[in-house]
Amino acid sequence: MIDDLELLRLIENNARLSADEIAVMLDTSAADVEAEIKRLKDENIILGYNTIINWEKKAPDNCIGMIEVRITPVKNKGYDHIAQILSKYDKVTACYLMSGGFDLMIIYEDRSLRDIATFVTEKIAPMEGVLSTTTHFILKKYKANGIIYDNPNTDDRQAIIL
Amino acid sequence: MSFDYESKISKAVQAVPPSAIRKFFDLANEMQGHVISLSIGEPDFTTPWSIREASINSIIEGYTHYSPNSGYIDSRLAIAEYLKRRYGVSYDPKTELLITVGGSEGLDLAARALINPGDEVIIVEPCFVAYKATVEFAHGIPVIVETKPENNYKLMPEELEAAITDKTKYVIVGYPNNPTGAIMTLEDWARIKDVLMRHPDLIVLSDELYCELNYLDGKPASLTQFAELRDRVIMVNGFSKSYAMTGYRIGYLAGPHELVSQMFKIHQYCIMCAPSASQFAVIEAAMNADNEIKKMRDEYNHRRRIIVQGLKDAGLDCFTPYGAFYAFPCIKSTGMTSEEFCEKLLIEKHVAIVPGNAFGKCGEGFVRISYAASLDDIKEAMKLMKEFVEEHKKG
Repeated sequence: MIDDLELLRLIENNARLSADEIAVMLDTSAADVEAEIKRLKDENIILGYNTIINWEKKAPDNCIGMIEVRITPVKNKGYDHIAQILSKYDKVTACYLMSGGFDLMIIYEDRSLRDIATFVTEKIAPMEGVLSTTTHFILKKYKANGIIYDNPNTDDRQAIIL
Repeated sequence: MSFDYESKISKAVQAVPPSAIRKFFDLANEMQGHVISLSIGEPDFTTPWSIREASINSIIEGYTHYSPNSGYIDSRLAIAEYLKRRYGVSYDPKTELLITVGGSEGLDLAARALINPGDEVIIVEPCFVAYKATVEFAHGIPVIVETKPENNYKLMPEELEAAITDKTKYVIVGYPNNPTGAIMTLEDWARIKDVLMRHPDLIVLSDELYCELNYLDGKPASLTQFAELRDRVIMVNGFSKSYAMTGYRIGYLAGPHELVSQMFKIHQYCIMCAPSASQFAVIEAAMNADNEIKKMRDEYNHRRRIIVQGLKDAGLDCFTPYGAFYAFPCIKSTGMTSEEFCEKLLIEKHVAIVPGNAFGKCGEGFVRISYAASLDDIKEAMKLMKEFVEEHKKG
């Protein structure tokens, strides 16, 4: 029996492990690992595999906006209707329903501040039910996806230890 | 005329050779280019942040003075609480615990407090290199019991009993074991306890620095858990290995007051007290870090299985280790000595591991491989070792 939590934690931290490697690490067979991963995909528990990239190094002009949206819930559909429409935009990388002073948090990535401003003024603001927006821009990433950026990747342990 | 140092230096000190590993690492340090090191006896994890923060805060608050000799009472209370929680044993923080500078100080204190010149001390090899040296510095006579791979490197009761003489003062045991990765379960210890009950004068020094790194059931198993032995077992323990706190230099002794109070005297005069900031880190580690060490233990466990499989794939015999973060495969099939194997592996494949004979004569024919290294390094090193073994197959 595979401990599915242990399996998920393993591949959450390293999606590049092969089924053979996972099988050794969890003391089971590769066939069992593959079957378990298939089950977790079928149940929409595993949704996909991403690579964590420091885009600030590769495309430093890219821009990320965090857009607070206040909305009036649509009858019978609550907040879902607007959230689902906004989620369809490719450049919306995250969309959350929030507690507190606003309703939806939209994370939007594009090539410039102007692109984000255009998205807010032309797409979000005119939507029926949207009351107001407040847009914040990310200036620098220190940590994302559980990874500290610019962490010196060095091993300073002494080679000579009893 | 040059000064005659030799006649001035203590014979006991002169007789102890420098650590055999050290010689090997001088070579490693001279190597050009990238070396994958599976040789290091300390965790590759950084100390959990909450523990680091606790020591930083103590400095900010100005706790930068001597602590009481035995350690701050809050730190001792935290250790007593930890021992109760994890081992189910009770020690009085006021009279039965002494906070030391790493586990190593505990080994030295015990040797100096117990040994009269000529006393015998049973040492179970292969083992941590400091056991024998501390005994010899204190003018004791090491008597070696060799554990064997066919017994999974466990201490066998009959082997222990055969080594006991009327001169034996104490026996040093270290499980989970460095360098073999062997463990002793509570049932294994029960058989040792039976021997000890037949020898009521014998003291036990139990080095339990790797106690949390047990992959069989994740729980410490120790002679201290037998109430009958409580009056003559000294536990040497600490935070270096399980909590990734080697640089903090913090450990402790737990034992009967009559023994701890004597070791306390040496500690008081020679050390004064363990570093204050480290003692604050201990409070956090002992009270609030069980989840952190579990995370590290789980990751070591995954690597352990990769290493054992990798060694099998390389065609090397290796008993399955269930503790610490070492594997101890046999390399006799290559026809090389341990040192030749390690030296050639380093020069030809740029992989550093440690020859087994550094941990006792019976370690000859074996090598110590540490999995306190990243998974990528471990995988790459296993691939290179496989190539190496194939290239050097006998005949």
